[in-house]
Amino acid sequence: MQDATHFQGLDPILKVENLVVEYAVGGKTIHAVSDVSLQIARGETLGLVGESGCGKSTLGRAVLQLRPAVSGRVLFDGEDLTALRGEALRRMRRRVQLIFQDPIASLNPRRRIGDIVAEPLVIAGYKDSRERQELVEEVLNAVGLDPALVTGRLPHEFSGGQCQRICVARALVLKPEFIICDEPVSALDVSIRAQILNLLEEMKGRYGLTLLFIAHDLAVVKAVSDRVAVMYLGRLCEVGPSEQLFANPAHPYTALLIEAIPVPDADVRPCESVAIGEPPSPITPPSGCRFRTRCPRADQRCATEVPELRLVAPGQYAACHHPLA
Amino acid sequence: MSGSALLSVEDVAVDLPTPRGNLRAVDHVDLSVGAGRTLGIVGESGCGKTMLSRAILQLLPKKARLSGRVMFDGQDLARCDASALRKLSARSLAVVFQDPMTSLNPVLTIGTQLIETLQAHLELDTASARKRSVELLAAVGIPAPEQRLSQYPHQLSGGMRQRVAIAIALSCEPKLLIADEPTTALDVTVQAQILDLLAREQRRRHMAMILITHDLGVVAGRTDEVAVMYAGRVVERAPTTALFKTMRMPYTEALLAAIPKLEAAPHTPLPAISGRPPDPTRPLHGCSFSPRCRYVDGRCRQEKPALSDAESPDHQYACFHPIRIAVGGVT
Repeated sequence: MQDATHFQGLDPILKVENLVVEYAVGGKTIHAVSDVSLQIARGETLGLVGESGCGKSTLGRAVLQLRPAVSGRVLFDGEDLTALRGEALRRMRRRVQLIFQDPIASLNPRRRIGDIVAEPLVIAGYKDSRERQELVEEVLNAVGLDPALVTGRLPHEFSGGQCQRICVARALVLKPEFIICDEPVSALDVSIRAQILNLLEEMKGRYGLTLLFIAHDLAVVKAVSDRVAVMYLGRLCEVGPSEQLFANPAHPYTALLIEAIPVPDADVRPCESVAIGEPPSPITPPSGCRFRTRCPRADQRCATEVPELRLVAPGQYAACHHPLA
Repeated sequence: MSGSALLSVEDVAVDLPTPRGNLRAVDHVDLSVGAGRTLGIVGESGCGKTMLSRAILQLLPKKARLSGRVMFDGQDLARCDASALRKLSARSLAVVFQDPMTSLNPVLTIGTQLIETLQAHLELDTASARKRSVELLAAVGIPAPEQRLSQYPHQLSGGMRQRVAIAIALSCEPKLLIADEPTTALDVTVQAQILDLLAREQRRRHMAMILITHDLGVVAGRTDEVAVMYAGRVVERAPTTALFKTMRMPYTEALLAAIPKLEAAPHTPLPAISGRPPDPTRPLHGCSFSPRCRYVDGRCRQEKPALSDAESPDHQYACFHPIRIAVGGVT
């Protein structure tokens, strides 16, 4: 059993307990999320990082019950979402919203911006169109768009950065408490990326949000997160306060991810091949520690025994038999 | 520019007719790359970096109009006839694109694609082409290369596909490799491996390389020289170390500042560049960065600054108000 209390003493809005999500593909099973537990405190931003295919997006979707869990619980504000069905689940979902990676693909190209942003209100049963319009205008103003100029237009008339602002507005219009951001800036240029990251931070303060921020870029994650969780092949490797995790990574995989970031400084010579190979298939994950096939510290024990998350420093947990000092 | 350059792009402009009017994708660019050297071209989407690489490769869309000269190994590629160009570009010029899924043929095996390239250009028989293919796949770090020959692109991961694309690009021992955002579609750990692979093969083959990217972090430490492009023009060009130490162009500075830094504390607001690049069908009178620049004044809005080498012949920039403080003191 993994320790489910990585953040004791504070009021957790979301608790994920021993969550397992699997996909059946052509008679085989993909172990997308394997026995993951974590907590997010109210008002906190938790960054979730890992390579493609590590299960980070699946975890985000499983929280919203867009992917059924094989086992485990997802407690949102004390209520187990995995046990909710129908209307009760829909009511709960109003409090949790999602922002996707590709802002252009996630907007219906045939609908006007005003209708796109108002749709969550329609679904939630806001009958008064005047009230809907007021709420839409308020939220568009908040994300830095002029309602008079944008509501009547179609998504193709906007740039990627503006489309992401529209997506943020749509996610905010129901005044949710919790937003899952799945790679929200990966498709954007450097200059626009900074605008959207700043916008998310501003909205978090203004609307009192809690964020689960999923990304593969560690520098981006660090810029917005209070704590960071690192995932590898369906399992959690390490969780800890951002500053501490980046200064003193305990899991060799975290260290590898940090070293692989290109540094914009000509004096820093990139070291040759810090990374070894690529992740193995999630259909047949390695026994024991799943990272052992790429780990420079792996030994016999790593092949037989699954490492559990253990406290390595205040607030910092790592699942490794041979953590870095 | 220097007469000994392997490639020199001289006053190249690319115009594309669009329903909304003429779009100047590349606006009078001069660049050169010496044999065995690496040039980084950095800029945001739509700045013209890919169009410039297509102008070099003579792969522009049919409707595009190219002016200026593209001198490669003593010949003007823009004026070569099709067969001469085919011979030259196949043997000496190679390219690696961003997305290996679309640059590889999905219905042919890896082996067929490699062997086809080798036989088309090197007059090898099938057995030696096959042997050469295995060697190339091994050289780019693909495990079990023998078995890979019979696999299709979809059976490989993104990183492995990009390695195959690099193997094909290297197969005819090119003198110049153009890598257009070769790692943008890949994970950060795989990105580091692919960039290392490119650097290693480049040293081993004494090949020149143009590395096109939107990420200043990718060109730092991996290129000899960097050209920063904005709205179709080169706005700053300098040896890589000089650029990162004493950047002069406010756009370069803003681009660097906008990258989240690992050293920065969480929740530090990022110095974002406000607004977005100008509409390329409606060119501005003055400096094209002026609407987003924090040092802008009246002159910038009226007059277009030329790329000047006031700094040194190596370090050019196009700005009336170049930054005079060392980097680090600015952000």
